[in-house]
Amino acid sequence: MSTSKLVDMRTAIAAPVHDGDTVAIEGFTHCISFAAGHEIIRQKRRNLTLARMTPDLVYDQMVAAGCAKKLIFSWLGNPGVGSLHAIRRRTEPAALAAGESLLEIEEYSHHGMVGRYVAGAHRLPFYPLRSYSESDLPKVNPLIRTVQSPFGGEEVYAVPPLNPDVTIIHAQRADAEGNVQMWGLLGCQKEAAFAAKRVIAVVEEIVPTSVIRADPNRTIIPGLIVNAVVCEPFGAHPSYVQGSYDRDNAFYREWDTISRDAAATEAWLQEWVYGVKDRAAYVAKFGGDYFKGLTPTSAPSGSVDYGDYR
Amino acid sequence: MSGQRPASKSELMVVASAHALTGKRVCFVGVGLPNIAVNLAKRTVAPEMELVYEAGVFGANPARLPLSIGDPTIVTGSTATVSMHDLFGLYLQGGRIDVGFLGGAQIDRFGNLNTTVIGDYAAPKTRLPGSGGACEIAINAKEILVIMRQSTRSFVKELDFRTSPGNLDGAVAAAKTRAAQGWGGSGPSGVITDLGVYGFDDDGEMALRSLHPGATLDEVRASIGWEIRVPQNVPATPTPTDEELRLIREELDPTGAYVS
Repeated sequence: MSTSKLVDMRTAIAAPVHDGDTVAIEGFTHCISFAAGHEIIRQKRRNLTLARMTPDLVYDQMVAAGCAKKLIFSWLGNPGVGSLHAIRRRTEPAALAAGESLLEIEEYSHHGMVGRYVAGAHRLPFYPLRSYSESDLPKVNPLIRTVQSPFGGEEVYAVPPLNPDVTIIHAQRADAEGNVQMWGLLGCQKEAAFAAKRVIAVVEEIVPTSVIRADPNRTIIPGLIVNAVVCEPFGAHPSYVQGSYDRDNAFYREWDTISRDAAATEAWLQEWVYGVKDRAAYVAKFGGDYFKGLTPTSAPSGSVDYGDYR
Repeated sequence: MSGQRPASKSELMVVASAHALTGKRVCFVGVGLPNIAVNLAKRTVAPEMELVYEAGVFGANPARLPLSIGDPTIVTGSTATVSMHDLFGLYLQGGRIDVGFLGGAQIDRFGNLNTTVIGDYAAPKTRLPGSGGACEIAINAKEILVIMRQSTRSFVKELDFRTSPGNLDGAVAAAKTRAAQGWGGSGPSGVITDLGVYGFDDDGEMALRSLHPGATLDEVRASIGWEIRVPQNVPATPTPTDEELRLIREELDPTGAYVS
């Protein structure tokens, strides 16, 4: 019998996420666990190294809340809108507020970040790739180095493994043991989870194990590597979950205005993060009709027949 | 132009970019103008084209104009969703991408691009988004098309930071480096701006190929930070057809978010 790992978000974050940890909340535009990010803010974690291909609004908010000392990333922006202003205030000396220090920055390209998770997940010392040739990135990041092929001597670039202390992913569904199924953009959820020491899986819906086993091709990570499972409907808002709710592009635009101003950013955190006790309260604060407006019409897949081989 | 209002600068950019995609098969798409250009090309000059989105989709058929690169509309009805590892490894580095679109805060005369910082890296005046996939697209896509608006701030003599390599310091050095370091692509083939279309001469330097309707050589020269090469007789970029403008205005960007 498998044991249930189902816990609430507060419990999921409280024990596994420590001050000073390297934390990866992954999800490429799709399935970003804002619910976990907000809980980390509420629990006042400090000196985190935040890793993510695309820091997105969730890390802008966590940086604004004072959780981070360092960012590891490959693309730093508000997708489709512009800049992440809270992070810019901590990276541009002229914008730095009194008493604040610059964030440490360690940057790669997308392929380099993916490669770091892959090397970490595979327990390998590096990931070789053809990127970075004649780019200035290796000059400013000493962890991007060259390696010679033992087969003919060709030289390529290499990046080191990344093994987050905690990886947090969001997905459509899981069973109570943490067998996670996802569809839509897959990002590097699987690689970041396998690379991590501890994994928190946040899902829209908990389903019986029989549902998982009826469609094993859709499983992206097994319960084997998952430490905690959290059921958090709308937990990825303002990002989206394929088939469940749309990306809240209006909020991504609104954040551009809010985040330009440090006081407005703080006021937003007070109202929408510190001022709500959990994600359910955040959802309730919007009101049910709000999310109805983000619900897509249906486009179900066909089903496949795995066959019964008794 | 039968009754239609004349093309805006953005529409000229979109149509010129679509023309540059004539007959292309696999295109790595960005959001904004490149996205509209690619979807216009698919409806006109390149019906067989497969749209690859950096967020992890091969063969996308977006039903609406995506705001972000990872919009759910690129997934529904696509041929395949692919993980980041597969996208950058199997598709891009594996050599399956014919054309990649790039832009940037700065470009130099050899088509090298900066999307990382303005000013010093350690203490930047402006912190830009960084590479994303640009660095590997520049190296691995068979050819690169650049879409950028012209200004002396963006068309510069010297980049503050080279995020994505183009023709380096010239074509000879670039060809040598590409061969020695196993690049999959041959670098930038065109730059499409709000004023004209540029190509690259045999020595790897950017040169004006055609001037958009309504644009002047004075405007071109005043918005480039080096002395741009201009042909003796400058051809005009073809004026967008009624059908092209109709597709943009009625189907691809009906609210005018990008091209009005």
